[in-house]
Amino acid sequence: MIDTHGSGAPAAHDDHHHPRLQHHFDSLEQQKESSTLGMWLFLVTEIMFFGGLFTVYVIYRYAYPKVFAASSHHLDVLWGGINTAVLICSSLTMALSIYAAQINKRKLIVVFLIATILLGATFLGIKTVEYMDKIKHHLVPGFGLHFAPDDPHLQGANGQHAQLFFSLYFIMTGLHALHMIIGIGVLSVLAVLAWKGRYDSSYYNPLECTGLYWHFVDIVWIFLFPLLYLLGAHAR
Amino acid sequence: MNDTGMTTTPADTTVLPGPETGYERPNYLNAAYGLRSWLLTRDHKRIAILYLISVTVFFAIGGLFALLIRLELLTPEGDMVQPDTYNRLFTMHGIVMVFFFLIPAIPAVLGNFLVPLMIGAKDLAFPKLNLASWYVYNVAGLFTLWSIAHGGVDTGWTFYTPFSTHYSNTYVISAALGIFISGFSSIFTGLNFIVTIHRMRAPGMTWFRLPLFIWSHYATSLIIVLGTPVVAVTILMVAAERVLHLGIFDPALGGDPVLFQHLFWFYSHPAVYIMILPAMGVVSELVAAFSRKPVFGYKVVAFASIGIAVLGFLVWGHHMFVAGESVYIATVFSVLSMLVAIPSAVKVFNWTATLYEGSVSYQTPMLYALGFIGLFTLGGLTGVMVATLGIDAHVHDTYFIVAHFHYIMVGGTIMGYMGGLHYWWPKITGKLYPAFLSRLAALLIFVGFNLTFFPQFILGYLGMPRRYWSYPPEFQVLNVLSTAGASILGVGYILPLFYFIWSMRYGKKSGDNPWGAVGLEWDTPSPPPTENFHTIPVVTHGPYEYNTKEVHDRTSPPEARVG
Amino acid sequence: MAHHHDPKRTLLIYFAVFGALLIGTLLTVLAAKVDLGMMNDVVALGIAATKAMLVILFFMHVRDSTRMVALTAMGGFLWLAILIGITLLNYVTLETVLQVPGK
Repeated sequence: MIDTHGSGAPAAHDDHHHPRLQHHFDSLEQQKESSTLGMWLFLVTEIMFFGGLFTVYVIYRYAYPKVFAASSHHLDVLWGGINTAVLICSSLTMALSIYAAQINKRKLIVVFLIATILLGATFLGIKTVEYMDKIKHHLVPGFGLHFAPDDPHLQGANGQHAQLFFSLYFIMTGLHALHMIIGIGVLSVLAVLAWKGRYDSSYYNPLECTGLYWHFVDIVWIFLFPLLYLLGAHAR
Repeated sequence: MNDTGMTTTPADTTVLPGPETGYERPNYLNAAYGLRSWLLTRDHKRIAILYLISVTVFFAIGGLFALLIRLELLTPEGDMVQPDTYNRLFTMHGIVMVFFFLIPAIPAVLGNFLVPLMIGAKDLAFPKLNLASWYVYNVAGLFTLWSIAHGGVDTGWTFYTPFSTHYSNTYVISAALGIFISGFSSIFTGLNFIVTIHRMRAPGMTWFRLPLFIWSHYATSLIIVLGTPVVAVTILMVAAERVLHLGIFDPALGGDPVLFQHLFWFYSHPAVYIMILPAMGVVSELVAAFSRKPVFGYKVVAFASIGIAVLGFLVWGHHMFVAGESVYIATVFSVLSMLVAIPSAVKVFNWTATLYEGSVSYQTPMLYALGFIGLFTLGGLTGVMVATLGIDAHVHDTYFIVAHFHYIMVGGTIMGYMGGLHYWWPKITGKLYPAFLSRLAALLIFVGFNLTFFPQFILGYLGMPRRYWSYPPEFQVLNVLSTAGASILGVGYILPLFYFIWSMRYGKKSGDNPWGAVGLEWDTPSPPPTENFHTIPVVTHGPYEYNTKEVHDRTSPPEARVG
Repeated sequence: MAHHHDPKRTLLIYFAVFGALLIGTLLTVLAAKVDLGMMNDVVALGIAATKAMLVILFFMHVRDSTRMVALTAMGGFLWLAILIGITLLNYVTLETVLQVPGK
């Protein structure tokens, strides 16, 4: 079959007394490959989780292309674009924190983790600004609020279809933001552990796994940005 | 000396005094005592037992609802409960049975116990995640129990919109949350299995030397990881619509309630393969052990498991033939649904070929395996029937469908589960259960099951709708037969509860391999030590090597009085 | 597996990918401002997919990981394509039989 790692060679000798090697694994390499594969499998569940929302988006976009474009026009491309850049920076700093572990620079790991956290927080701050703006302009469906876009293209039946767009906007970006909050929480814990010297070139699995998660959340945004913000970007 | 060519130290059974001296060797059961040692365990074997207790509780609850349904259906008029109550009964029966019994039972009980043993590993890849999976399952169960305590949900286990999002006056959210959370439990298990099977096989255990039980659980785990999240996010959308009034499926806003059904069935159809594949894995093991023959066409059966997992994702629209999906896509789904029957049928043929000219013995586990083969075939054939658009238009939402899926779920999955429990009980506990009672229970279950569900095929074909609390009087005789069958079935299920518990205290010690079976799990003591193997085995040949002279000389057929 | 790599090369790759991602973002915003009809979607998704591939291969180290990891990643996206594709197929072929709701 595909891989040959599972049924194989005896463990590396120097691993057996490594404090981070769990007893049911034979070697650090087996442990690392297991945790990486495990994390990727979890990310597959995340792909399908967000995927259900993307499916709904595709169907309703197919059904109501003009209303979706007109609704998208109400999202601020500048803020969205800045947020995209912020997340891309945070992916870089996340990757660099792992690099720092690989070259055994303890303090550098912490610096990059904190940078990632701060960038993540910036993203959330900008999202909060955007959400407040939506509330102000009566563009929030449900929640017991009054949905009333001040836009001739979104009246009547179009207004109702626009609620679909905005419901999707809030659910998708809201879920994304929740993932960011969880990520920031985990990164904070890792930053403390990294400061205590837990990670070095022989062992940095939690950093790698959290990095995978963080990059994945970035990828979700890479798709959300054009699909939500850029639909109505060209003049109507 | 053992059956899979273990070339290191002699079998563990010869190192310490055996069970006949009364000395109890260290094993995973006596390794530590006390509630904390169980509730904070990381041992996959203990977690399997924790799950055994939990799923049994939920099976009983689901069974209670079934009993109430069948009692109401004894008479044509609705006279036992209110119609709204009846809706809640069948809904909770479905939710509890599907999400809290059928999906977790075999993987979380037998899979958890056996996967590391069968591949020669010390534990699963992520023991803490395994324990977390059990806790998450119980939290999910609590949400569902809360919902039951507050009157249950009446939407059907399928939660169709807009009834579930708008019109139902029951505690939809808490039941939905229960299902959402149980999905995480399922995902943790599936993820664990995939990584374990890829990364932790013993030296020499190549993919094609794996027991078919492992192949089945691998395929099941793929489905779990790919499908479960979709129903999770769909439930989230239902909750968002119900609580936050974000009307994703609301027709008044231009939304499509049928879109909910697409997303729901994208998971829920593969879910039925999550329920049947592990049982098929059990049956492969049982058929080999009790014919003392390798499974015929091993590779084909292995690939069939993967084929079922993949194809199973491409047929969900057959639940929506009359829901308003495109007639073109319905035709495609119909053809694909017939195709997915092929790998299942292939397995049935191969099991039958395994029996042919085998040295067949009829111990209790084998009775369940044989029952499975027959009943699953009937259920599967009726599946092909309802995959046909013309037939389904007639029988959709009737008892024909109910009978079809109960033949698979109960005649298939539960028989597989019972067979597996009876086969591996000596491995898990080191004890034997009474042979006569176990065979009696198997017989009661088989007879009771058929009496319950065969009449339902006829009822459905004659037009009796499902989920109705009353029916025309001409259907009463068949309904009475069905309820009678259900009572017998119930007795059949209660018996093992008693004799299994009895056996733990008073059962005869089983010895390490009472069935004379071949497999890594049988090369270690019964019950196994915490670390599974004192030395990790080195595997030199395939599973089911019953037909080599070497093995033939060293193992003996199962004794008649065993099980 | 990173111990095979020259640290400077790793850094170079990270910054190159970082730059490419930012440029991609700019490109997708600019392209969206032009009315390309149906191609707007193709371009937007194409750029997004390219950015995602860069993140996956380099930031997520899939290029240096096992084949199983690569297959897992591909499998996830393939399955999403199946979900979206077949569901969309239903709605696209519905037009010839029924009206799409609300249209």
